[in-house]
Amino acid sequence: MLKMQDVSKIYRTDLIETYALRSFSVEVTAGEFVAVTGPSGSGKTTFLNVAGLLESFETGSYELDGNDVQRLSDDARSRLRNERIGFIFQSFNLIPDLNVHDNVDVPLRYRRLTGADRRERINSALDLVGLSSRARHMPSQLSGGQQQRVAIARAIAGDPAFLLADEPTGNLDSLMARQVMDLLEQINEMGTTILLVTHDPELARRAQRNVHLVDGQISDFRAYEPRNAATEARA
Amino acid sequence: MLGYYTRLALKSFRRNPGLTALMVIAIALGIAVCVMTLTVYHAMSGNPIWWKNDRLYAVTMDNWDPNTPYRAQPKLPPPEMTYKDTQSLLASNIPERKVVMYSTDGVISGAGSAAAQRVGTRLTTADFFSMFEVPFLYGNGWSAPADSPPQPVIVLSREENDKLFGGANSVGRTLRWNDHEFRVIGVLDDWFPRPRYYDLNGGNFDPPDGAYIPFRWGLDLELLNNEDTDCWRPEKIDSFKDFVASDCIWLQMWVELPDAATRVRMQSFIDGYWAQQRNAGRFPRPLNNRLTNVGQWLRDREVVDNDNRVLVGLAFAFLAVCLINTVGLLLAKFLNGAAITGVRRALGASRRQIFIQHLIEVGALSVLGALLGLALAALGLAAVHHLYAAAHLGHRGGYQELTHLDYVGVVWAVLLALAATLAAGLYPAWRVGRLPPAVYLKSQ
Repeated sequence: MLKMQDVSKIYRTDLIETYALRSFSVEVTAGEFVAVTGPSGSGKTTFLNVAGLLESFETGSYELDGNDVQRLSDDARSRLRNERIGFIFQSFNLIPDLNVHDNVDVPLRYRRLTGADRRERINSALDLVGLSSRARHMPSQLSGGQQQRVAIARAIAGDPAFLLADEPTGNLDSLMARQVMDLLEQINEMGTTILLVTHDPELARRAQRNVHLVDGQISDFRAYEPRNAATEARA
Repeated sequence: MLGYYTRLALKSFRRNPGLTALMVIAIALGIAVCVMTLTVYHAMSGNPIWWKNDRLYAVTMDNWDPNTPYRAQPKLPPPEMTYKDTQSLLASNIPERKVVMYSTDGVISGAGSAAAQRVGTRLTTADFFSMFEVPFLYGNGWSAPADSPPQPVIVLSREENDKLFGGANSVGRTLRWNDHEFRVIGVLDDWFPRPRYYDLNGGNFDPPDGAYIPFRWGLDLELLNNEDTDCWRPEKIDSFKDFVASDCIWLQMWVELPDAATRVRMQSFIDGYWAQQRNAGRFPRPLNNRLTNVGQWLRDREVVDNDNRVLVGLAFAFLAVCLINTVGLLLAKFLNGAAITGVRRALGASRRQIFIQHLIEVGALSVLGALLGLALAALGLAAVHHLYAAAHLGHRGGYQELTHLDYVGVVWAVLLALAATLAAGLYPAWRVGRLPPAVYLKSQ
């Protein structure tokens, strides 16, 4: 479903070139929950941005759902991003002057769905994250955990195949972080593929597979036992 | 999506009310100044009887000093004619209508209880009213038989009738004009052609005369022209009769010619008359007889002077400065919202959609700018109007009459605001769509 082959991403200034990704290859299959770890500056966020079609790359190839993304126009990439990918950010990135309902509505607007269809999807996404009663609240009226749940609702409202989460618990306390992770696991169990960038090894361990990056290259693949089996073993 | 983008634009305005107000004011100021100058320019440069542009012609013949051309425009014949030439041309049956005229001052008395008052009076021939399509409130003008011998009939302007008869239907009433009894046969409705194309010898934008009487009264009562009278050669003029027989120019002549063929015939008639007179020792200058339509007449007489064109240019330069400032402010505003744009891009908005969204915001700004600009232009024109009114001590005339915001001004304001602001917004809207979203997602 997501396949990168020898992808290199270089940031250039007048004096130096910095490889954010160097001959980077990875394959993620449908329904996987993959944690991406690594030290600061290792290329985790760049990988997520390239995977989410927010950044281009210099060399290599990238196929998403069978589409060679290098060949796509901006319109086609935007449509693919809108229909197949959901984003969750560390700092939530809710639009401050839109209420919860309208924030969740944003990606659906770009898909040109009917009003009734959009309302149904928004209600269902807010139900899933437990914030139906806060639909008319502004982001500033919500706690950090609630804001991140709104961001998750916004990411899944369009029913994407991929959920790309960049340190989604980085700004939350441990209780909120656990709730968000529970939610992500629940979404993954519903069939959505998740790529989770995190510093936290505990959170990474909750994924099925860990891709560890150092200097823009994969230094380690580690597969964890299935969550149910691990839970049973812990019990 | 149009409604959605419009809602986003309004939210964006609320997010930065100060910056938004600054941009609207900048656009409005530029628009207001342009609309004010264009309104005046339009009023000055318009042809008030454009639908007859291929029918109405001013008649001019170059009967001037062989050594020195007439005034500043050596290629043009003088704008007035001699009495004897107009009378010879009036004899022609080629024109559908023909008018000879001049204006003088008269005193009207004996009109009800109104006090005696001075009134600008036009001495003209019967076709004047139909040729220039003068509207009547009451009655009519006189017919050709009343021209000669001249009948004691008078037509009043609406304003004069208001002063003399309180606006009542005065047709049939008598009054005394320069101590001669005249009968009112018609009262004009509102009529104020700008510029006053049929007689540009006074102010180009002066109001029409207050009274109209048959041309021959001028001869019978020996009334001199109160506008331009020019003579080029020494002549013995001891009486009004001598003046009328002289080569002095002082009369306006217009003809109405229904088609091009008639025009050619009229031109031949004038040229034939010129040749005959030249053989008799007149018309020492080269052949330069003209039939000039109203549009060309206004250009020849330089009704729109160069200062006004410069003023329009300066107004557009000011608009450009306002728009350049607006471009800067828009750029600052849009880049300030780059993080939100980055989020929208991440959620599936294409560059095109971001561009359209911001362009609609610019469009909404331009509508606000146009509305405020119109209000400012109306205020500015009202201020100029009052300024001129004060300068003319309450008399109508001149620039004062040009300072009304008309539908042309409104159309100009809306078109200018939309075109100019959209042009100014193109770059900022395009620029914000090209921002790399990833940079701003991390930094929000």
